[in-house]
Formats: sequence, structure tokens, C-alpha cells
Amino acid sequence: MAVRSDPVSLRSSGAVARRQALSRVSRYALLAASLLGVAVLIYLGYETIREGASRLSWDFISSYPSRFADRAGLRSSILGTAWVMGATIVVAFPISIGTAIWIEEFAPRNRLLTLVKLNLANLAGVPSIIYGILGLALFSRYLGLGPSILAGALTLSLMIIPMTVIASQEAIRQVPPSIRDGSLALGATHWQTVRHHVLPGAMPGIMTGIILSVSRAVGETAALIMIGAFTFIAFDNTKLTDDFTTVPIQIYNWTIRPQPEFRQNAAAAIIVLMVAVVSLNLVAAIIRERFRRD
Amino acid sequence: MQRPEVGVRIGSKMAADEKTLTQTAASEVRPTFEPPEPAVFTLRELSLWYGHKQAIHDVSINFPAQRVAALIGPSGCGKSTILRCLNRMNDLIPGVRVEGRVEYHGNNIYAPEVDAVEVRRRIGMVFQKPNPFPKSIYDNVAFGARVNGYRGSMDEWVEHCLRQAALWDEVKDDLKKSGLALSGGQQQRLCIARALAVQPDVILMDEPCSALDPIATLKIEDLIRELAQEFTIIIVTHNMQQAARVSDYTAFMLLSHEGGPGELIEYGPTNDVFTLPKDKRTEDYITGRFG
Repeated sequence: MAVRSDPVSLRSSGAVARRQALSRVSRYALLAASLLGVAVLIYLGYETIREGASRLSWDFISSYPSRFADRAGLRSSILGTAWVMGATIVVAFPISIGTAIWIEEFAPRNRLLTLVKLNLANLAGVPSIIYGILGLALFSRYLGLGPSILAGALTLSLMIIPMTVIASQEAIRQVPPSIRDGSLALGATHWQTVRHHVLPGAMPGIMTGIILSVSRAVGETAALIMIGAFTFIAFDNTKLTDDFTTVPIQIYNWTIRPQPEFRQNAAAAIIVLMVAVVSLNLVAAIIRERFRRD
Repeated sequence: MQRPEVGVRIGSKMAADEKTLTQTAASEVRPTFEPPEPAVFTLRELSLWYGHKQAIHDVSINFPAQRVAALIGPSGCGKSTILRCLNRMNDLIPGVRVEGRVEYHGNNIYAPEVDAVEVRRRIGMVFQKPNPFPKSIYDNVAFGARVNGYRGSMDEWVEHCLRQAALWDEVKDDLKKSGLALSGGQQQRLCIARALAVQPDVILMDEPCSALDPIATLKIEDLIRELAQEFTIIIVTHNMQQAARVSDYTAFMLLSHEGGPGELIEYGPTNDVFTLPKDKRTEDYITGRFG
């Protein structure tokens, strides 16, 4: 149907104008939805910084906790977090990558495999306190590890392995089949192909997955409280069998105290934790970008 | 090599040292041409199924040593399937079933005790879309040699293979450059160099030029003729002119019926297949009446 008017105007009108208006509205609505999340984050960040920034100092980071708010610090919890996260990475990293490689490359494609994959997805959604209860029963009590760093690390490993496996699986799947074909056609064995081509190709994705899982675990509170980390630690951790506490638990500890000064401590500690988590995510993003450019 | 013209001459005279056709049924003609040179591959009634679908049916053919054999035919008729059977790359596809024999120097490569990795060491493959590893040029070529336990000077070997693939002069100044930074034609020659590094006996090429421009294509065709002096080459191609230019023997394949498996229709010296095809279907395909 030809519409002619003299002179021809290409400005939107009638039905086209209405459709364009709807398109604009939807764009703004989606933008508003995204900004909502950012706005909440900014507000929380601002409030926390306002409350806690003045408390931040080297003294704060290097003092042990105390009944006196102005003397209490993050020393033992930072060390505890570092030890637990270090041990968690050492345990979870090889198991996760190994599982992902097995599932994607070597496992026979049968019903058992489907069952395993399905259960992995389920496990990734299990609330962390359940892992805490499991850790308490299995590691702390049955294996006699008590409320030690090792027990905490094993518990956290159980928690982050499912999500790390899933991320690693994705990364391995991204490696194009043409690379595998090229390697196998040269007479390389399956393992040589995995080791020299698939793993290096998947490594950026795997690293990103590990870092994101670690940043999830850094903030974990419930599971570690279950195995007994809600305790007063006034010494430096030096071995895996030490009792420990972590920064999120220390934050929780301070937030439930009645004195307002402790809440200021908590806010300062939250800033420290946020900086750590944001840095980890930043590192993950940088790794991703660097390898994408290659 | 004399380049045959693609066309048909009516009133043929058969060459004296060829075996004549055997007519197995009124409508079917089973070619039993055997090249005079010693055979590297002998396929005996090879059939393959992808799951329930049969892809090729009773293919029997003889590929001669140190010659170039071309497989031509319309899309989907099973040429690439046959090629991938020769180095057991079809094993990688789940649900594949193979019947019949593929004999490599007399040994059935589908025998249960045969290791596919051993097969692939001796029979290299170049793929349709160049697939260099995301590593340096040097590492691309060296990889195959390393995993197969090459013990000599790797620098010299890499240079030798790149020279053999007619790529050395273009890349010798920067072997550390990523293989992916090369042009399409150069990438394909890199893939050929990579295949040569393993010291294969046979090189399979699955439409190696179909993703390349005409100039790069001609370079690779010249390379193929040169490599044929030392290696046996089996090439699948859509391009009849390429088959005519490059190969000594040509096999023509076709689906036996709509949705049915692919079959070998005719096989013979390239010259003969293109100028005096014995089967009408071959003649129709070559003269462009279909496909």
C-alpha cells in the first residue's frame, strides 16, 4: 500500500511512532531495572564507608579481637581467612579440574554420567549451612579434626567443588572440536590432546571459575560457624590444626554486640572484605580479557 | 602432467591394461578397476552407519602408493566419510558402526588389536577449514614430532617441514608468531607442515582448498603434486577441475538413491574418468547435469 505525501517526510508517525515509543519505554524500563541493583549496591557501599572508614587503620588490621571496641582488630581473622582459603584452593582446585576433565573428556557416555551431571547441578544449589552440618559431622567429629583450619577448608571445598566443576566444564566445552581433531589426527593420544590443547585453551575459563568460587567462599559464614569457627582467637595461625576464625565471622560477631562502637568495627571490616572480593573479581575479569584477546 | 580436459568423447576404446567392468545386475555396474601400482589402502566392502543411517555401502577400492587419488561427487555422498575411515577419525563420532575391511599395507586397521593412535601416526590428515593450534608457528609444527618422540634437532626438523610445505620463506623471520596470525592459505600450508612433521606415509586431505581463494588454491595444488613424489595423497574435492588438475586416479561417488547410502560408481585414471566415463551417472555429473 503506497502512501504518498508531498513532500515526503520520513519522521515517524502513526503506527510507527507508537511502536517506537513502546521500544523506547521498554529500553528505559530495562535500564531502570539494571540501575536499581547498582543503586542498592552504591547505597550500601556509601553507608558502610561512611560508618566505618574512620576506623580503618593499620592498628585495626594488626590487632587481635578484644572486649574493648577501640582495641579490637582483624588480625587473627584475616590470617584465618588466608589460611582457610589457601587450604581450600589446594584441595578444591585439583579435584574440580580433574572431575571436569573426566566428565567432559574421558567418561563413557552412559546413564551414570547423566546422573553425576544432574547431581552436580543439584549440589551447587544446596544451602551452605547444610555443608556446614556435613563438615561438622564428617570432618570435625568423625575424623576428629575439631574446629581446625583443615576442617574448615575441607568443608568449604565440598561447598565450592560443584560450582567450580560446572564452570570448568563450560570452559572445556568451549575449546573447539577442530583443535582436538587436529591434535588427534597427528597421532597424539587422548591425554596428550587434553594436556597440550584442551587444558591450556580452557585454562582462562577455569581460572575465572576458581576465582569466582573463591570469592564466594571468602564470604562464607554459616558453614564455618557450624564447624566451630565462632570463637575468640587471639593468636596467629601457624598450622592447619589451629583453631581459627574468619573475617565474615568476625563481622557477624561484632554486629551482634550491643555497643555501637562494635558496629563501627563491623563496618570497617566489611570495607576490608569488600575490597578483597572486588579485587578477586577484578583479577578474574582481567584474566578473562587477556586470554580473550589472545 | 598432461592436464585432461573435462568432457566426454563418444565411441570409447578401453585401455588394454585395465580390467573391464563387471555387471552385477542389469541396472548396477560395479567398477573393479585396480591401479597397476602397489596398493597402500585396499577397502573391501566398507559400509558405515551413523546410528541408524547408513552413510556408505559396500565400497571396495584400491588406493595406490605415491600417487594422488581424488574422491569426487556431490555433497553428502560419503567422500569425507570414507576419508575419515582411513585414519579412524570416525571413531571419535559416537554411534558410528563400521563393517568391512580397510587394509593398510595388507593389515586391517579395524582389527580389534589395532591402536588408532598408531594408525594416525602413519596416516596424516589436513582438514577443510585450516585449524592451526593457537600456538606459535614453531610449536604448531613441533607438536606432532614431539608427541611422537622425535629425537633429533627440532629447529632443523621444523625448518625442513616448513620448506616441504612451501611456507618457510614466508615465515622464517618470525617463527614465534601465532599460527592464527597467518592468512588462510598460509594456515593451510602450516597444517600441511604440521602433518608432515610426523613423517607419515599417507596424507589425507578433506577439501583442503574449499575455504581458500584461487591463488592460495593453486599454491596448494602445486604443493600436492610435489608432495606426491614422496607421499601417498588421497584428496576429497568438490571441485572437478581441481581433481582433474591434481590427481592421477579419480573415484566418483553418489548416493544410491534419495536418502540412501553413498556408493562408489566409477574409479579409474583421472584422464579416463573425465574424458571417457564408463557410467552414465559419472558422465552426467562431470558435464554438470547435476550436483
